[in-house]
Amino acid sequence: MDRFACDVLVVGGGGAGLRAVIAVAETHPKLRVAVISKVYPMRSHTVSAEGGAAAVIKAGDSLDAHAYDTISGGDWLSDQDAVEAFVREAPEEMLRLEHWGCPWSREPDGHIAVRPFGGMKIERTWFAADKTGFHMLHTLFQTTLKYDAIERYDEWFVTKLLVDAGRCQGVVATELATGKIQVITAKAVILCTGGCGKVFPFTTNANIKNGDGMALAYRAGAPLKDMEFVQYHPTGLPFTGILITEAARAEGGWLLNKDGYRFLQDYDLGKPEPKPVLRSMELGPRDRLSQAFVKEQEKGRTLEGPYGHYVHLDLRHLGARVIDTKLPFVRELCLKYQNIDPVKEMIPVRPVVHYMMGGVSTDIHGATPLPGLYAAGEAACVSINGANRLGSNSLTECLVFGARAGEAAAAFAAAQREPGPSVLAQADDEGRRLEEKFRRKTGGHERIATLRAEMHETMEESAGIYRTGATLEKAAEKLQSLQERFGDLALADHSYTFNTELTAALELSYMLDVAEAIVHSALRRRESRGSHQRTDFPARDDAEFLAHSLAYRGADGRPRVEYLPVTITRWPPGKRVYGR
Amino acid sequence: MQPAVTLRVTRYRPEQESEPTLATYEVPYRKDWVVLDALNYIKDTLDGSLSFRWSCRMGVCGSCGMKVNGSPKLTCASFLSDSLPGPIRVEPLDYFPVVRDLVVDMSDFMRKLKKVKPWIIRHDERPLAEGEYLQTPDQLDAYKQFSMCINCMLCYSACPIYGLEPSFIGPAAIALAQRYNMDSRDEGAPERLEILSEHDGIWQCTFVGECTKVCPKHVDPAGAIQQYKLTGAIHWLKSLLLPRGAR
Repeated sequence: MDRFACDVLVVGGGGAGLRAVIAVAETHPKLRVAVISKVYPMRSHTVSAEGGAAAVIKAGDSLDAHAYDTISGGDWLSDQDAVEAFVREAPEEMLRLEHWGCPWSREPDGHIAVRPFGGMKIERTWFAADKTGFHMLHTLFQTTLKYDAIERYDEWFVTKLLVDAGRCQGVVATELATGKIQVITAKAVILCTGGCGKVFPFTTNANIKNGDGMALAYRAGAPLKDMEFVQYHPTGLPFTGILITEAARAEGGWLLNKDGYRFLQDYDLGKPEPKPVLRSMELGPRDRLSQAFVKEQEKGRTLEGPYGHYVHLDLRHLGARVIDTKLPFVRELCLKYQNIDPVKEMIPVRPVVHYMMGGVSTDIHGATPLPGLYAAGEAACVSINGANRLGSNSLTECLVFGARAGEAAAAFAAAQREPGPSVLAQADDEGRRLEEKFRRKTGGHERIATLRAEMHETMEESAGIYRTGATLEKAAEKLQSLQERFGDLALADHSYTFNTELTAALELSYMLDVAEAIVHSALRRRESRGSHQRTDFPARDDAEFLAHSLAYRGADGRPRVEYLPVTITRWPPGKRVYGR
Repeated sequence: MQPAVTLRVTRYRPEQESEPTLATYEVPYRKDWVVLDALNYIKDTLDGSLSFRWSCRMGVCGSCGMKVNGSPKLTCASFLSDSLPGPIRVEPLDYFPVVRDLVVDMSDFMRKLKKVKPWIIRHDERPLAEGEYLQTPDQLDAYKQFSMCINCMLCYSACPIYGLEPSFIGPAAIALAQRYNMDSRDEGAPERLEILSEHDGIWQCTFVGECTKVCPKHVDPAGAIQQYKLTGAIHWLKSLLLPRGAR
């Protein structure tokens, strides 16, 4: 085991992580700062984000309007002080990215162009065609290369947070290329590991989205907030789960049932107009659109294919020119992966797990309740997204709260002493655990793929678009038994060099923890709000549940759920109104 | 429809084997499956020790480049149905050291990428309070295509020059340098020209054009290299002919 040391260590090299690491380098240039990631940073899942990033920039828009859309979109579970900070800092963060070279789409006169997006009353979504996340990620990554102070540990997989004397002081990781177990001490650690869509079988999320940071924090004693809120995006390609961006509807795409009928008009989302209308119909929020799909399926008005029920997304009336300039990636993905041309044919789509509103609980500065531990991006829950995130808020969130977490962690680190010897003893223990329980493990009867498939099935059945107490109870039991069976894992690969079976096993264990947090949090929230819909408790219950859930890892290894009040500043809870 | 397809996959575990070998696996044939799905089937059900990189499965993260039947491809975008009846050969990308199985060492590219300074260079930064740099759609189009590089390494694997001369800075890094040179917000072209005009720079490229052919994102690195050679040649001529101040 080698020992490395830095002042601020960022775990994860996606949008939030890279923004955080630059914030440290710029605000505290004397600190040693590093980013550790299980993939090369430009592979991070930010790369897949398509539609855009929201920030107020145009005349006629206002910060309050962006805040209200976000808060009502989140069914009043967002912390309003966090939302106010978010909308206030968003424009400057987006401009900064422009100055760093992000190829934003432009107006004819050279100004930034914006497009409409779901749940937003005014056009404020900046975009780089429909590869916004890709361009943001590569711009950020290439920009980090100019800071010699930023160190990188590429393809290192974090297995444990080191906590001593009540504060986080580093990590243990395996270096994938060599299989060496390494320790990196740090005075502050920022988790920017993204979400955990892979706990579900059908997701837009990349293979790497396993809730690593959420599980690391949870195991270290930090709570996970609002984990029951799982966003289904209404338009994924069947089988692959590849996302067809909301921008396709923002540009004027229609959702049609099997009769060619724009079915959203039956779900209190407004009247069908030929041109897109903001906060209406296809530009309603994602939770409501995904719920409408399920109702439509129950009425027998969806189509059925080899990969389940689906509806149609119709872009044909937009024409080849609009599709090629505004939605080139949609056309590329449809042609390559679905063998259809959206210029001439309708796209089959169905709701698909897309985003976790919940995550590691942080305050407005990205600080978790565990001193020295910070989080930002999808891995974190500040919360600005409440019970349902609006499309195009998450990329911006990575920038605003990545920067905030970076600055706060740097300020914290600057005032700390070097980690002491006891963290190294902990690291030795972790090294032994990895060797004995995984690398040298023989015997065992369970396959990774089997346990993963059973977890997938459990999560889809219990924690999907509609939930009930009875199935959630059963799911909680099932997940506990999967946790036990995980101890009986059979591993075929005992080598050190780039052992991806080992990482898959560790990822599965992270996902099982995160899945338990989701199910237990969903079980205890006996109301329906945003993306969390309980058929046994169909109404929102502000008296009881205008509160964030906090899932702590209990002494028995099961989640213990507590609650934290929502911060309301200027927008008292009201009714979510769309299309009117 | 055929029920199964045979894959011949490179195995190389340096702790156990001194040379790479080809292993044979039978996987079910599904018309929706890409080569990556078949590799995952192998890993999940036949042999958990097979190692390869992958992530997004939608052709944008750049992780899953390998050789499929001898050509560099993104395995997430290579359908089994395009290679019937098989067997389908899956091998690591050429010209990179193999770490294990289908995983190659791309740290050489990571060093070269940094070397070409792929970031906006300006003499004076405009304060954020003054808003965005204006850039018309035409100005955006001038560099847009070069900005589409996903760093998948297929172009290096297709480049015979890189194969012969590993110090060649290579197609993707040159295209990304050109991406910034052509950006109306950037003023760093002279700095990058000096780097690229060094002996291991663009002069080695003989315009084979294989890089452009294999690029899954139509970046056209060969075009970037040719543009650059022209700029470099003019720069060199000027340095010979003009008095210092006029260069």
